[in-house]
Formats: sequence, structure tokens, C-alpha cells
Amino acid sequence: MPVPLTIRIQQNDFDVAAEIAALTRGRADIGAVVNFIGICRGRDDGHDVTALTLEHYPGMAEAEIGRHADEACKRWPLAGLTIIHRHGRIEPGENIVLVVTASAHREAAFQAAEFLMDYLKANAPFWKREESAQGTAWVEARLGDDAAAARWTKP
Amino acid sequence: MKIVYFAWVRERIGKAEEMLDPPPAVRTIGDLIGWLAGRGEEYAQAFAAPRSIRAAIDRTHVKPETAIAGAREIAFFPPMTGG
Repeated sequence: MPVPLTIRIQQNDFDVAAEIAALTRGRADIGAVVNFIGICRGRDDGHDVTALTLEHYPGMAEAEIGRHADEACKRWPLAGLTIIHRHGRIEPGENIVLVVTASAHREAAFQAAEFLMDYLKANAPFWKREESAQGTAWVEARLGDDAAAARWTKP
Repeated sequence: MKIVYFAWVRERIGKAEEMLDPPPAVRTIGDLIGWLAGRGEEYAQAFAAPRSIRAAIDRTHVKPETAIAGAREIAFFPPMTGG
């Protein structure tokens, strides 16, 4: 049976509880749900951030996240998967990204969620522009993001 | 072919997309970056550091040595910073 999979790229906020309920409702085979929520920080590298604006590549963002989701389903026995990534202007404290993984046992759910976030950060076509008192600037990629994604590569 | 730009690559070039027909000598993504960089000051600035440019052909990540033959849409953008 194919793994129930939801991928959405949207401007609006998401409701974490509703997404988890949608994934687990009526299911007796799920024993573990892990969720990761990425939130906009109001302070980064020592300076205040007013807001982030996320630009994305429509079409490729969905396709790239879909490829990561398929890979996660091949590697771990998942019972369900939801990935939501927002775009547009997001203020400190607001949600940016949600990954929910469901499985019979916790190991698969934890590992798949971490794998998905590492891959998504390094490969999903999204770019953050930061607003602060100094003006606006594109956020630079962190070297650690590529390294985090690379550790999941099979030898 | 359709060329699309994102984030600071888009801002430096001053447009989000355009239709271009590169000459036959332009075979790879790396060749295309070199050719684009010669199209004007704004392109030269956008592609000044080719190592910090990422590319996709038909919405799949590719490397500089990837051939562009048959591509419908080629995208150039900085390293991703989502999540």
C-alpha cells in the first residue's frame, strides 16, 4: 500500500494539531508520530530580524520535496508523511516549515524526520531574504547544511 | 530555451525569466554561465562567482558539466536557504 503523503507549498500558516490528526485518524498501525516545526527567529547571528521573505521555485519545490519524500519512504517503514513549506513574508515566531512522520515505531519516525529536514534545507529551492533595521539582505547558505545532508548519503 | 532566475541572481540580472537561444558551442551548464556572463554588466555581476551559482534543468538539480541539449527550462539560483 502506498504511504499516505501530503506535500504542500503555501503562503498561509498551518495547524500542526490538525495536520497530525489528519495523518493518524482511523489508523491502528501508527505507534509513533514525530513532528519538526521550523520557526522564524527574531534574532540571528547577533542582530534583530524584523521578518523573513521566502522566495521559491514553483513546480521544482514540490518536485524536489517529493523526491526526498519518496527516498524517505524507501529507507524507512513509514506509515504516513506530511511536509508543508511556507513562502512569502513571515515574521518572528511564525511557522516556516512542518515535517510530520508516522510509523509503527519511533526509530523510523525520528530518523526520517531528521533526514527530510537535512535534505530539504540543502536541496529544496527556497531562498530567505531577511529584513532588519539595517535593510534587507539575502540569507547566506550555511556550510553545515550541505554537511548535514551529506551524512545521509550511502557510501 | 527558457531561462529562469531566482533570489539575488534574479535581482542582479533584473528579470525573472527570458527566452534565449545560445549558440551550438554552448554545450554545458558551465558553458551557458560563461556565455550569459558575457551578455552585459548585470549578467557579469550575477555570474561573477560561478561556484556560488546552482542550476536546474527542467526542475532537477544539475552540475556545471551537465549537457543542456534538449532542456526546456534552465534555472540559475544561489545555494538554497529554506527550511
